[in-house]
Amino acid sequence: MKTGTLIECFDVSKAFGSKLALNRVNLSVGRGKVIGLLGPNGSGKTTFIKLINGLIRPTKGEILIDGRKPGVYTKLIISYLPDRPYFADWMTVKDVLSMFSEFYQDFDRNKAENMCAAMNIQPEDRIKTMSKGTREKVQLVLVMSRKAQLYLLDEPIAGVDPAARDYILTTIINNYNEDGTVIISTHLISDIERILDEVIFIKDGKMVRHESVDEIKEKEGKSIDDVFKDTFRMEPFMGVNRNDR
Amino acid sequence: MKWKLDDSRPIWPQLKEQLIIAIVAGEYKMGGAFPTVRELAESAGVNRNTMQRALSELEHDGFVITNRTVGRVVTTDEGLVAKMKESIAKQTIEKFIREMEAIGYSEDDVVKMIKKRGEEDK
Repeated sequence: MKTGTLIECFDVSKAFGSKLALNRVNLSVGRGKVIGLLGPNGSGKTTFIKLINGLIRPTKGEILIDGRKPGVYTKLIISYLPDRPYFADWMTVKDVLSMFSEFYQDFDRNKAENMCAAMNIQPEDRIKTMSKGTREKVQLVLVMSRKAQLYLLDEPIAGVDPAARDYILTTIINNYNEDGTVIISTHLISDIERILDEVIFIKDGKMVRHESVDEIKEKEGKSIDDVFKDTFRMEPFMGVNRNDR
Repeated sequence: MKWKLDDSRPIWPQLKEQLIIAIVAGEYKMGGAFPTVRELAESAGVNRNTMQRALSELEHDGFVITNRTVGRVVTTDEGLVAKMKESIAKQTIEKFIREMEAIGYSEDDVVKMIKKRGEEDK
């Protein structure tokens, strides 16, 4: 079992044109944890995940995963679930299983096949004919069937019904490699807070909080959902008050 | 086992409390096998780190014992379980009396009401 820090970010910023998507992020993440990356839409969650994954490069600062910069090695140890489907429509379940076997040495094909069978998904089923929920489940099964050191799950429960959400969360907590760390980005806090060890709050590209869930509850006597709402409360637009004109 | 978790408090102490109640209630038999971290985490819908913490505390307090050959078992210390049972009963009564006092009954009133209820039931 490996020890030490898994992810380190030193003063990481990412700009898209003139827009700063991430603003001087300093972060250190350990191993064997389930972590929620929580923030409203557009706060920088996906940008952060793509940086860790090496899909985009920081404008400033440095990222180290297991002591290395994102690259060939880090892709071997990271299992990534993107926020949108990426399999070609014509592929069958068998095709995607073969693709994963070929790409990733740590992929446990047997495990993935058993999980598909348990959901009544046949090897011959085509991605094209699947419902949105089923497609997301298949992707998750593939990602969780790797024995990775880091699982990056970008909005795994966003587009599915509550029953499928439960299935997905159960699949995540029962199948990750226990020495590895799971990072789940979402804005659906109440659905996932029970499975989290730590939370990272991200607001307008800044990491405003990184703490253990127990510590927060102990200190504030509130659910993470309530703490999140307090942190990200916005004044609703009540219309223009005519007297102010 | 049925779990009732309150998200405004840390989860592991709640798991510990509810596991102790299950042991006191005899849901897990003394000296009998105790479920694995994985099984318990799955049934409570929490991650294994959280359940592990609750179990470590149970172990520390002597309610479960990890045995190298047979795995995790419930304690056979009847005194320990009886003591805990009594302490839970006391807490439950305390809480009930506080609630009755809050709506204006004295402890004496409460005792009379309980007695009266017992007689009506006969």
